[in-house]
Amino acid sequence: MKRNIILIIIGLCLALWPLGGYQEGIVILMCINCVAAMGVSILTGFTGIFTLGHAAYMALGAYTTAIMTVRYGIHWLPAVIAGGLMAVIIAWLIGVPTLKLTGDYYAIASIGLGEAIRLILENWQSFTRGSRGFPGIDPYTTRVMAVTIFILLAILMFNMLDSRLGRELKASRDDSTAASLMGFNTPHSRMKALVISAFYCGIAGSMLGGYMSFIQPSMFDMMKSTELTAVVVFGGLGSMSGSILGSAAITLIMEYFRDISQYRMLIYGLLLVIIMVFRPEGLLGSHEVWDFLKFRKEADKNA
Amino acid sequence: MLELSHVDMFFGGIAALHDMSFTIHKGELMGIIGPNGAGKTTIFNIISGVYMPTAGTIYFQGSDITPLKAYQINRLGIARTFQNLRLFTRSTVLENVMTSAQNRYINTYKKELFSGNISRTNAPDPEAWYSFIESCLHLGRWKKTEQVLRFNSMELLERVGLADRANQTAGTLPYGMQRRLEIARALALSPKLLMLDEPAAGMNPEEVFELNDLITGIHKDFDLTTLVIEHHMDLIMKICPHIICLNFGAKIAEGSSEDIQNNPEVLAAYLGTDEEEVI
Repeated sequence: MKRNIILIIIGLCLALWPLGGYQEGIVILMCINCVAAMGVSILTGFTGIFTLGHAAYMALGAYTTAIMTVRYGIHWLPAVIAGGLMAVIIAWLIGVPTLKLTGDYYAIASIGLGEAIRLILENWQSFTRGSRGFPGIDPYTTRVMAVTIFILLAILMFNMLDSRLGRELKASRDDSTAASLMGFNTPHSRMKALVISAFYCGIAGSMLGGYMSFIQPSMFDMMKSTELTAVVVFGGLGSMSGSILGSAAITLIMEYFRDISQYRMLIYGLLLVIIMVFRPEGLLGSHEVWDFLKFRKEADKNA
Repeated sequence: MLELSHVDMFFGGIAALHDMSFTIHKGELMGIIGPNGAGKTTIFNIISGVYMPTAGTIYFQGSDITPLKAYQINRLGIARTFQNLRLFTRSTVLENVMTSAQNRYINTYKKELFSGNISRTNAPDPEAWYSFIESCLHLGRWKKTEQVLRFNSMELLERVGLADRANQTAGTLPYGMQRRLEIARALALSPKLLMLDEPAAGMNPEEVFELNDLITGIHKDFDLTTLVIEHHMDLIMKICPHIICLNFGAKIAEGSSEDIQNNPEVLAAYLGTDEEEVI
């Protein structure tokens, strides 16, 4: 409960703090990236499945929403939800044959799947306009809308992790044999994680489409997928608040170094190396932010 | 309650188990002993569904469980611990127990849709279950169920003497405590058959003595049928009235502790025979 209130306060600050147009754009981008990072985090950080193809789910969400709003004139809200659901359906279809793979094997498969979806979008000229991109999307992603969706999804995600589902995913991450001998159908658990993560990434893609009002397949390439996973590793595997903080931090850094944009990737790489050397478990390890407060309290009690 | 009938298990050309048959009756506390590599853990792996036996059948409460997957067998009420600890190391001690407590299944009867026959199935224990939407929104049964799970898990932790460590990360516990946590985690499933794989491995004599009381205590209090693999002869001779002894994947002796202690084949398996010494 306390956690939800804090999240809502953060949300209100993000949504209502008076900002210039440029900063407003950064806040929107931050929310979009955080939603996507939450999606990858539940799969990579909490279920232990490394993925290098999640930009494809963002692409699915973005294109579904774009086509629905532009071609068929549907309101953006149902279209955004449909974007998430489209990613869910495709993820489910992909998950059935691949989720028996674990660890590195799934990572390899996910690269192929991510690229395949991108290439389909690029070559299905009649439907998606291919690599020319899809212009003219209504700019429905306002700051208030982006922050609202982000906070709403964050509350749902934290609730989910603090329930039977969260424990189930963590069990199959820590020891999938033991989990199956404790009565969990582990391929099924992994499927749940993949579907939830695809939903989050689909929504993030839809929001990105509404922010940029122009999408093209090359926005959702391997680079984007790698970035999503890197951000989660940066924030700490097994820490949802870490993933959010990591994602927000990386977005801010990338935006504020836009002036020296040719060195952006250099800074990005350097940052990852520094984190991996000094904190190999990521920014927050496998703790959430409030765990650190609790530790403080317990330490005080013992003292 | 559990019956193995002519079970064979081959890994490549090696027979890990050969023509293994035995029966455990309800309420029994049975021990399995044997030298290293005799196939003791393989028996557990076959019963719990980690491996599918090459030949033979396993019956649990009268039904054939041989083709079932590990999680299905578990849901019927068979829980086990592991020789080389398999805790959920990054979760807390309490979470470990809650993880399995939330997964309790109860036997129910369901009516077949077309034939109208009544058959036995498993359904999640309603006391430990709530839906996905309730877990997203933290509404409805979430609060009450989580409280019940937490309460039950704390009770079990108190039973094994880990209540004061409930909020510690499981991976950081000392070895002997991790073993007891595994027992608590298996008990949280409220199983009918509990299988303990070398529960005393790596424990000092004092801890073994405590474990002795713990095993006999839970066996009685939780109305369990228990199967124990052990290397510590003292422990198993003391607590198990019914023992079988394995060597090279075959059963060489079965009976009470005195029978086993005086059986020449068992002595030969453990100490070597005179002929071998000559060679």
